[in-house]
Formats: sequence, C-alpha cells, structure tokens
Amino acid sequence: MSTPITGVFTEIPSRSGEIALSVKNLCVNFPTDDGVVHAVRDISFDLREGEVLGVVGESGSGKSVSSMAVMGLLPKNAEITGSVEFEDREIVGMSDKQMRSIRGNGIAMIFQDPMTSLNPVYTIGWQLAEAYRSHHQVSKQVAAKRVLEVLDVVGIPQPDRRAKQFPHEFSGGMRQRVMIAMAVINEPKIIIADEPTTALDVTVQAQILDTLRLLRDELSAAIIMITHDLGVVTGIADRVQVMYAGTMVETGNVRTVFTEPRMPYTVGLLSSIPRADSVGIRLRPIKGAPPSLVNMPPGCPFSPRCPLSRADCDESEPDMVDVDSPGHQARCRHWDEVAATPDPRSLFDTSSDADAVLPGDDAILSEEIAE
Amino acid sequence: MTDILRAQVPESEAEAATEREFTVQARSRRQVVARRFVRHKTALIGSIIIIALILFAVLGQLFWSAGINPDYGSFLPPSSTHPFGTDQLGRDMLALIIRGIQFSLLIAVVVAILVVVIGVTLGAVAGYLGGWQDSLVNRLVDLMLILPAIVVVGVMAVKFQGSWVMVAVFLGLTTWMTLTRIIRGMVLSLREKEFVEAAKALGASTPRIIFKHIVPNCSDVIIVSATLTIAQAVLLEAALSFIGLGVKPPDTSLGLLLNETQNYLPTANAWLFWITLAFVVLVSLSVNFIGDGLRDALDPRQDKVRA
Amino acid sequence: MVAFVIRRLLISVVLLLVVSFVCFALVQMLGDPIGEWAAGQRQRNPGGADAAIAAAYQRAGLDTSFLTRYWTWLTNFVTGNWGTTVNPGQTPKEVEPQIMHSLWITMRLVLVAEILAIMVGSIVGVLTAVKRYSWFDYIITAFSFLMFALPLFCLAVILKIGGIQFNNVLQNNGFDRWLVTSGYPPGGFTGSFGNQVYQYLGVYLLPTLCLMAISFAVYARYQRSSMLDVLSSDYVRTARAKGVSNTTVIWKHAFRNALIPVVTVGSLQIGTAFAGAIITETVFGWQGMGYILVQNVNRKEPYMILAFLMVTGVFIILFNLLADIAYTLLDPRVRLD
Repeated sequence: MSTPITGVFTEIPSRSGEIALSVKNLCVNFPTDDGVVHAVRDISFDLREGEVLGVVGESGSGKSVSSMAVMGLLPKNAEITGSVEFEDREIVGMSDKQMRSIRGNGIAMIFQDPMTSLNPVYTIGWQLAEAYRSHHQVSKQVAAKRVLEVLDVVGIPQPDRRAKQFPHEFSGGMRQRVMIAMAVINEPKIIIADEPTTALDVTVQAQILDTLRLLRDELSAAIIMITHDLGVVTGIADRVQVMYAGTMVETGNVRTVFTEPRMPYTVGLLSSIPRADSVGIRLRPIKGAPPSLVNMPPGCPFSPRCPLSRADCDESEPDMVDVDSPGHQARCRHWDEVAATPDPRSLFDTSSDADAVLPGDDAILSEEIAE
Repeated sequence: MTDILRAQVPESEAEAATEREFTVQARSRRQVVARRFVRHKTALIGSIIIIALILFAVLGQLFWSAGINPDYGSFLPPSSTHPFGTDQLGRDMLALIIRGIQFSLLIAVVVAILVVVIGVTLGAVAGYLGGWQDSLVNRLVDLMLILPAIVVVGVMAVKFQGSWVMVAVFLGLTTWMTLTRIIRGMVLSLREKEFVEAAKALGASTPRIIFKHIVPNCSDVIIVSATLTIAQAVLLEAALSFIGLGVKPPDTSLGLLLNETQNYLPTANAWLFWITLAFVVLVSLSVNFIGDGLRDALDPRQDKVRA
Repeated sequence: MVAFVIRRLLISVVLLLVVSFVCFALVQMLGDPIGEWAAGQRQRNPGGADAAIAAAYQRAGLDTSFLTRYWTWLTNFVTGNWGTTVNPGQTPKEVEPQIMHSLWITMRLVLVAEILAIMVGSIVGVLTAVKRYSWFDYIITAFSFLMFALPLFCLAVILKIGGIQFNNVLQNNGFDRWLVTSGYPPGGFTGSFGNQVYQYLGVYLLPTLCLMAISFAVYARYQRSSMLDVLSSDYVRTARAKGVSNTTVIWKHAFRNALIPVVTVGSLQIGTAFAGAIITETVFGWQGMGYILVQNVNRKEPYMILAFLMVTGVFIILFNLLADIAYTLLDPRVRLD
C-alpha cells in the first residue's frame, strides 16, 4: 500500500555511509536497595548512515537501557559513563536542555507499546504537530500541513479526518504508524525502534516493517532495531548485535552471524527457534537463566549455561575478538571450537530431558515413549 | 508478583549453576513488604504510638484505680493522684480519657469491618457480574451518596439514645461507598486477566472465583482502605458526638468528651479540652501514618534517589 | 451532550423520589415529635387534653397513615409548600424561608471553599509530585497529614480561638475587631461595597479557611499520587522523547491526565464538604444549615428535616452531574452513556 511520496522529505544528497553515531565504552549503573545494578557494561559500536543495526537479546540484556541512555531518557539516579558521539557532539553528560534539541529531531525513538505510548486526551494531529513545532518555529497551519503529509507517508488513510481523532479510535497497528510518523516528522538521522512490533500481531508486523524500510530509503536514516525476534532481524537488519547480561557478545553482518555464529549464546538462540520441519523433535531451550546484574561472577556471564564452558571461562570475562569474517566479532575464547563444530546447534540438544516436545506425528511420539 | 518461571532443569549440574547465579537473596513478598514498612519512619512511629495507645486503653483500667464517678473535687489541677486533673463534676480526667479511647477505637474498628465487608462484597459482585447487578449496586451507591451520612447517623443516634453500637453500625452503613467504587474498578480490570480464565477453565464456581481469586488480588487496596477508614471513623464519630448527634451517656467517646469540655475553653480549665484533643489527634495521626506506610510498602515507586 | 444531561436529570428525578421515600421513612423512625408535649398535657389535664392533642396532631398532618402522610407531604413539597414546624409549644414557623435563608449562607461557604481548595490543591499537588522529596514536598505532606488527622471541628475551634486572639491584638492597637467568631450577622452585609466586602471577609474568612484546609489536603495528596502515576507513564516518555520542554510535559501532558481521577474524588467530596460546613458553622455559631439540622433533629421536627434532606440531595445530585460533565470534557475516552 505504500507509495513512495517524493517531496515530503527534503532532497538530501545521498549520505555516504559516514558514521552517524559512535558509542564507546558505554556503561549504565543503577544504585538500588540490593546493590548496584550493572545494566549496561561496556558497549562500543559505530552506526553508519542508512544502516540498520539489529540489537538482539533477552529481557534484561541491556538493549533497551542502552538506547534510553543514548536518548538521555533514563531516570536521574542512573550513572552513565563512556562516550556517545552524535554530530560531533558528546551526548553523555549533556544537559537536559541540550539533549532536548536532539531528541525527536536528530535522534528519534519508537517505543514498544503503541496502546499506551500516545497521550489519550489529545488528538493525534495535535501530538504530531507538537513534535514538529518543538523543533521548528512555524505557524499552526504549516505544522498541520506537515502532519498530513507525514501521516500519508506512513500509510494512514484519510489523514485529514484521522488527524482530528483520538488515540483510542485507532487500532494497534495504526497507532504504531502514528508513532513512526512522530519519529520521522523531523527527518532524524537516527531512528531507534525499541521492539516496535512486539505488541502487534504478525500481519501488522509485516506492514510496519515495510513502512520502516521505506522510510529508511527515503530518509537515509540509520535505524537501531531492538528486538528479541530473530525473524524481524533477518527481515530488516544489515548488521546485528547480540547482547547478553548487559554487554555485546557477538556482532557482525546479519547473514554471517546467523549462518556462522561464533559465540555459544548466539548458537543457543538460533537453536532454540522451533523449526517448521522439526515435527516430533524436542525443543532446545538454553538451560538456566541469565545472571543477576548486581553481583556478577568474575568470568564470562554465559559460562554457567554454556555447553563449551572451560575452566578459563570462569576466571575472567573475555574481550570482543575478531573472528573469521571481516567485521565479525565475538566475546568468546573458544570461538574456534564453535567454528569447528559442523552443527553447533547440536551442542544445545536436550534429548535426555523429559519435557519440551513439539506436538507431532503420533507414530513418532509413541516411538519415543516406548524407548 | 509471580516468580519468573525457569525452564525445567532436572539435572543437578544446572541446578547448582542457577544457585550460583543468584547471589542476591530471594525474598518472599511478605518479607519484602514487612521490610519496606519497617523502613518507613512515619509508619514505624505510627505503629508505636497506636500500640502504646491501645495498651493504654486496654490495660489502663487495670492499673488506674481512680474512676469516672464524681467522687473528687471539681476542677482539680493535675497532680500525682490525678495526672490530668478532674472535670466539673469531679470525675478523674485520666479515667475518662481511657474510657473515651476504648470506645472511640471500638467504634472505629466496627465501622472499618462493616465498610470492608459491605464494600468488598458489593464492589466485587458488581464488578465481576456486571449487568443488572452492577446497575443495582451503582444506583445504591448513588442513593447512599445523596443521603448525607451525617444526617442519617445523627437521626439514628438520636433514635437509639446515643448507643455506641448503633452509632458504629450506621456510620459503617453510610461510608462503604468509596471502597465499593474502588473495588469495583479493580475487579473490572482483574476479571479480564488470564488467571481468571484459567480458574474458569478449571471449573471454579463464580463465588469461588470472586472470593478466592480476585479479591485476594485486591488485598493491598483493602488493607490500606481499612486502615484509613479506621482513622476516618474516629474523626467522624468525634465530630458527630461533638455537635451532639452521636454517642450519648452512658456510653462515651473522645468526641463526647470534647463536647463536654468545650464549654471550659474560655476559662482557665481549657487544658481539659486540649488534652482530650491531643489524644484524638494522636490516635488519628498514628493510624494515618500506618495506613500510609502500608500503602507505600505494598506498592512503592522505586525512584527515590539514593545518596 | 444535551441528551446526556436530560437523561441524567430524568434519572435524578427518579432517584430523588426514592430518596424522598427513604428520608420520610427515616424521619418516621425518629419518633413522635408531639409525643412529649402530649404526655405533658395529659399529666396536667388528664381527660380534658385529648381534644387539644388530637388537634395538634391534625395541624401537624400527623394523624393519618404513613403512606397518606407521605403522599400529602410529597405533593405539597413539589408545589412549594414545605410545611411548618409542628412543635405545639411554639408558633409554627414556615419551613421554606428558614431553609432557603440558611442554604444561601452555607452554600457560599461551601462553594468558595471547595473551588479554592481544588484549584490550590491541584497546583500544589503537581508541584509536590514534580519536586518529590524536596523541602516543599515534605512541608506540604506534613501539613496534609496533620489535616487528615485533625478533626475538622478541632481545626474550627483552634481557628476560632486564634481569631479571638487576633481580634484582641487589633483592639489593643486601636483597631476595631474584624474577624467574626460567633454568629452570622442576621441583617446581612450593609454599607458601601468596600465596606460589605470587608464585613464579608470578616465573617467568612475563618470558616472558609477551616473548610478549605482539609479539602485542600485531600486534593493535593490525590493530585500528587495521580501525577506520579502519570509521570511514569509511556506517553509522558514519548513526549520527552519528542524533545518537548519539561514545563510543557508537566502542564500540558501530565496535568490534564492526572486531573481526571482528582475530579472523581471531587464529586465524592461534595458530601464531605457539606458535612464539614455543618460542623464549622456549629463551632462558629452560625445559623446555617448545620444549626438547622442539629436543632431540628433533637426536636424531631419532621418537615424541617425532610426539607433539609431534599435540598441537600438536590445539590449533591447537581454537583455530581457537573463533575461528570467535567470528566467527559477532560477525558475523550469517556463516552456519554
């Protein structure tokens, strides 16, 4: 349904793959009653214009907190150290006033739950206009025109009628489109999408991803796509960054990382995806649970759950090292063993466990029971 | 708060691994709430005061021999035999206050019990069943809100010659509406949750679902409400008795005492009024503190900046 | 909207009818207002008093059955005839002028106090939420706690005594006593406009402060709690992510949403405010609604009590309706049902 509309976004000379965002050694700590929570531990990456970076991880891996840190939206008691450079300016330590000129303007964010992310008492036209007028000194009429244009681009039918409506009159998918419209109305250089499709059903999810892809092309914006859904990552991302226990554990080109994973956690993630052709075969979850971020053991945080764990894994945490392909890094000392294993997913086989069976052919099931 | 479900891990190796990971001590919810309550300074002060007052009221009569009979001289100043002096009729003030606190607290607790029972039942039934039951309860609430409680209780108190039981009962019967609305609202949102569906799927009967599943999830609100109702009831009854529409002799209460002593205000014996007032304020403040502490302990917002 | 209001008014009429019946039954339960006098008459004049007693009952309209009495009273009431006092010991006084006069006095007190309380309370509530744990927050919170714990009548007494002391200070310094701590001027306010305002303030200041204090505490606490909820909501986070200024976030985005539950509280507060007014008036010796109530309940005057109940009922219904309308204006999600 999306017809590219030229002229809505100013003609930008095609951006050349320069670095849009540079993150170095970012750490976020939260002091709590039970001790200091190390939510984000030493993350470094560069984001280039026009690139889509997928950030994957479980709940609590630090993926959302790191983006909120970039936007400056963390609560006051968060301790942020490290460096985040955007447009030659250092974001860490910026005053709120300075941050405000960047938020929604240079860097925009799309949140997870569209049902609660829009203010229920104002029309969406009003809210979109506010996003525009917060960064441009224009009249209400000019803003209104812009609102209609951008609603059209994200694929909302009858924008003039819709702009006067309230959020509760929109469906979930529509609301998320409004959120996207709010994010792109000021033509940001970077769009951070924090699980934009998690709260939506699958068909709507596909449409939203289409819209995002379209906008990436129109704007040459870089997108950080945070998700725990590996399918979404393969659908839209160029590069992927796997996070675990507050830090990056593998990064690289999407295709390479997913076909040639080098960090056991990534392997575990990939192997836990149920396959449509694996009827009757046991599911392969990763045993155990992510570590508490308060008192972390000295070694690799994944070691307790890792089938390849050795003595040196528990002594100290490994650094990110380059692995066999260019631009591909993993935080594992034994990545070469992973590389050497023909089917690394088999490392996570749970054939001796009594549960987690996919419903399948009766014959196969009764065979297994008879064993 | 449900615990995070972990994948079934029958092998001891993985179990040990999980143990190793959790170096932060897991606490049961009760412990967490209790810990937070105790940390709350005002709640602690409130608890100490109210316990002291209850002990004072309950045990006072055992230890304090002076009675409420007009045996002593009038308006005796505070002394070792009469720490609070005596009133116009020659009754010992300390004994009067002890009795006053007893009755005031009794009345307040009865009111709170009534309010909780009526409020939770009506609110839960209205919220869960909807339909005509909901409409009926709503209209009942509207009706009761129109009738000024103060008038209804006043009239009933006069009719029953100021019996404390009647005052308590009718206060309870006229102040349940707020809790009903709150519970109804909570139940409306709770009944859509999955655990209700699960209970239904397991064949639970409606009363069981309401009272064994949904209501316990409202327990936070109920506890806080009950506590604050006690504080409110103490004040309401005191106000009523003060203007002459509440408790009357032979029953007594702090409010009635205030009524009796207010006449001494322009005179040198005004301290009789003030000391009674001080106790009313103490009771009410301490219960309020506890209620607030409970509310914070049960549902805190974790963004107080730590030094 | 108009249809909504009309429908609500119709429902209110039905509700009022039910209320009237309940009130009538309530008053009936109160007992016989003439009974004491009748017993006294019989004692003094055994045998010969019956005629006078019967006449007294008939004059009071208390000689027929319950339902007949109810019907008679109801039909009279809606046509403006509110009856008279029935106590045979004194000349019967018309109910309506008494009630209306005292209603006027009380309403001014309640309305001004409540409106001020909600305005000041909600603004203070926002400020304490935004500046949590600051000294301002602690002071307001402590004050609110005190107001919750202090019974209204005590505050009234304290203010009254304070007023007397203040007047003493004025007098000792050569000024006239200003604050009126006992009684409401029966003739109303006289003199030039400025003079009238001066007198009005002298009479209304203390009782209004008294009523306001507790209501203010309620609104401030609820607003604070509601603001804290709203400030941690997703849509406030979105507004911040758009780069909206902090002031706009607080006053445009958060405040309006936070006000919604406070309005609900407000509609429930009407009844409490009214009760508070009754108590305050009693302490300050006014002959307002409170005085009417206490006097007549103790004398078991049926028609006075009934008129009192009906009038307060109408006001409460009216204010609830206003609160509901405000609610729908604030929150577009609410459909007028």
